[in-house]
Amino acid sequence: MTIRTLRDYGQHYRPRMACLKNVEVFVVEMQDPKSGVKGADQKLNVTIIPHVINGQDILAWIVTKMKVTTEEAQAFGTMLVAYGYIYPLQNHRKLVLVPDSTLYRFQTPYFWPVQKWPAEDIDYAIYLARRNIRKKGMLEPYEQQHYDNLHKWMNPKWDFIVMQATEQYKANKERKKPDRVVLDCQERAYWIVHRPPRRTHSAMDYGLDRLIDPNAEEVLTFDVVRRTNIFLTQALMRSAVKSSMSLTAFVKFVTTHHNHDPFLTTPVPSNPWITDSDEFWQLNSRSVDIPTKLSVERWVLSFWELISDPRGRVDFKLFLKKEHSAENMAFYEAAEEMRWGAASAIPEKSQFIFNTFLKPGAPRWINIDGRTMGLTVKGLVVPHRYVLDAAQTHIFLLMKKDTFYRYLKSPVHKDMQKRALVPAPHVFTDAQLEANVRNRNPGVSPILQWQQEEEEKAAAAVAARPIDVKAMVATNKLDRK
Amino acid sequence: MCDQTFLAITFGPCDSCSENPVGRQSRLDGRSQRATKNICSCCSPFCPFPMACQGLASGETLKSLKAESETLRKKLEEERKKLHDVELEKVAEKAEALGELNMKTRRTLKGHGNKVLCMDWCKDKRRIVSSSQDGKVIVWDAFTTNKEHAVTMPTTWVMACAYAPSGCAIACGGLDNKCSVYPLSLDKDENLAAKKKSVAMHTNYLSGCTFTNSDMQILTSSGDGTSALWDVESGQLLQSFHGHSADVLTLDLAPSETGNTFVSGGSDKKANVWDLRSGQNVQSFDTHDSDINCVKYYPSGDAFASASDDSTCRLFDLRADREVSIYSKDSIMFGAASVDFSLSGRLLFAGYNDYTINVWDVLKGTRVAILFGHENRVSSLRVSPDGTAFCSGSWDNTLRVRQEGRGVVRELKQGGTTPYLKNIFLFN
Repeated sequence: MTIRTLRDYGQHYRPRMACLKNVEVFVVEMQDPKSGVKGADQKLNVTIIPHVINGQDILAWIVTKMKVTTEEAQAFGTMLVAYGYIYPLQNHRKLVLVPDSTLYRFQTPYFWPVQKWPAEDIDYAIYLARRNIRKKGMLEPYEQQHYDNLHKWMNPKWDFIVMQATEQYKANKERKKPDRVVLDCQERAYWIVHRPPRRTHSAMDYGLDRLIDPNAEEVLTFDVVRRTNIFLTQALMRSAVKSSMSLTAFVKFVTTHHNHDPFLTTPVPSNPWITDSDEFWQLNSRSVDIPTKLSVERWVLSFWELISDPRGRVDFKLFLKKEHSAENMAFYEAAEEMRWGAASAIPEKSQFIFNTFLKPGAPRWINIDGRTMGLTVKGLVVPHRYVLDAAQTHIFLLMKKDTFYRYLKSPVHKDMQKRALVPAPHVFTDAQLEANVRNRNPGVSPILQWQQEEEEKAAAAVAARPIDVKAMVATNKLDRK
Repeated sequence: MCDQTFLAITFGPCDSCSENPVGRQSRLDGRSQRATKNICSCCSPFCPFPMACQGLASGETLKSLKAESETLRKKLEEERKKLHDVELEKVAEKAEALGELNMKTRRTLKGHGNKVLCMDWCKDKRRIVSSSQDGKVIVWDAFTTNKEHAVTMPTTWVMACAYAPSGCAIACGGLDNKCSVYPLSLDKDENLAAKKKSVAMHTNYLSGCTFTNSDMQILTSSGDGTSALWDVESGQLLQSFHGHSADVLTLDLAPSETGNTFVSGGSDKKANVWDLRSGQNVQSFDTHDSDINCVKYYPSGDAFASASDDSTCRLFDLRADREVSIYSKDSIMFGAASVDFSLSGRLLFAGYNDYTINVWDVLKGTRVAILFGHENRVSSLRVSPDGTAFCSGSWDNTLRVRQEGRGVVRELKQGGTTPYLKNIFLFN
């Protein structure tokens, strides 16, 4: 029921319901006298209801027409019932397709769900009032609830509603009994779909309204068109790649990552969600001594994979330390921090970066070409978030095109490849699996892990600071004797 | 502040009028056909198209502009056609066929009292945050199915929620037009609402939010037609993105090395790719027939998939600038609400409004499996960060974590904080 809430969010437009069109076409085909579902007459009490179909026939027809499995056909059939295109005769409140001899009828197109307007409360009120008159006050509980609610907030219009209801009731009386029964069934089915009983859901429930009317035609003003033109000109200037190239890249990506996808290759030792043992996560964590062979293989795929994996980054940093070019990675990380960090931290971060990496004679001076250095230093005068972009890209490409390949050939990496674990796949007995379920490891809270990482980072920063010789002599650490 | 300096240097001042922040107001004014008034949607200094805000130049009419638009479009199509030399199916013939996939629900998370609208995984691959219609946002440890934190938002319809990359905070928003960040604490009894921080401020409902590569920035999309990048600490607007002509329903950040772009999909049937730095719309795709409910990047960052109310999911290639594949079937008539890729990008999981989840083979374009189990619309679907499982949240108040595999599904018989039933795969 559309109760008007206290806050009007300014949203009044129904979203598009593109499904209704297709479903209507399908239902029309279903009703085709020659190729549709076969109906028969059904005796109900004293009257005969024409054109009744049973669940089994509907299901069989959907299976043949759409060429799908029974399960899927049942799901689709239930959607048809839930939207109100077919309604059940006996248990009118349960809107599912039961594939046996349960009886259904096609809903008349007048009562089909429509995109343009929702089922109005006032119509519902008139219907309930009429039903009230007919049943002499004995409405079903959910109907009674709705009735009371409507009576409360539609009170001013109630006289009109009752008048309409009595008129319709009298007109109904003129009809023949079988027609009356059928119409009653149809209307009841319509209202079950659009005003479901409490604690059941309606398939017509689409969530929130939209702010801007999606069903309205877009009005093109001159500035919109002009903006489109600018956009199109820019698009023309941009170069695009041949389809063959980019599509082969996709296939290549999929093939290289095939072994790493847990949906395609069973992970070793076992998928934690299946066996309830989180060893897989523990073996691939950041602080593990020896990584798994699969991880190491993944690092080889590309530089980005290497540094996205925390364990891989640790390994790479180790290699860089041996090569005495650790400042590159440190600069990259510092630049990333500045780019994605808080706006208030930018001035001090840029100062720190300048002093540590860019200033001539800086302790961890990075080796970038003169032009980039000049640009960066000039930009640092009025620092903003993206001032280090040029330098960062340069360093990243340097690491990607040169250092990465040297890393792959290095003894650090080769050693790691040899030592990498290939964990044996778990073979759990039923009893062990039950035990696993009971003893699921709660793991480490990410907050604690984050705190740990921060502490490690701080410690590393302290260690990376340049050694102050004078201070060490002063404290007698360096004994020149 | 530093970010404003950058923008002022790059774009210069815009010569339009009122001080409206990110929002619809000025746009609505600009869309009326009053050629004398030059109010435009980009009244702020963040305007990427200062020229477009000016009035009609001499000799230009709406008609001539539209004609120019047509010729440009035709030219663009021709250019793209020249580059289009092969279809995805052809290239995918080399790829080996997929075996049969047998997905089972491994965990059912019950605890929400109303429709689950959105969910997100934590980087630790086991925790999930989910938000629902009644305003509750719950952080679960999906592995043990324990509820770790619960927050009650002062608004209903919390349509967007996100987990911070560090795992120390969550962001959520909905009908309150704001995005709020809640720092999580280890203390179970602490009232999280006390430390709440309002970050984003839109003029209409928040439809999507995501953290960028750190906890310090949030990207949001809103029903007022705009997306925006915010600084969490100060709540300052860093960049706003205008270009959709209707509600923006979804967004996704690119996973690439440069990490500079994001894609957003809206009710105007368009999917736009934006540059984070400049705020410009870099690419636009409008081949869908209906609202785009969800967009997700391909794991390599060179493509993205979209799910729409026209019951199709489509794959768009960013480098070739075109749509490469449509995932649809005659038997699927109800809109798709959510999509996500598996880790290798071979599988595309899509949740639909007919309560089912279809799994598509991205390369070959065929449907691999159909999954049942939910009793209402599947509103959100995400694959875990390491690809070991995927979780689907639905309007039937539950979340289901699914994975492939044979064998019986075992459930905790007693204990735990949530009692839950055996898995039932049918409608009754």
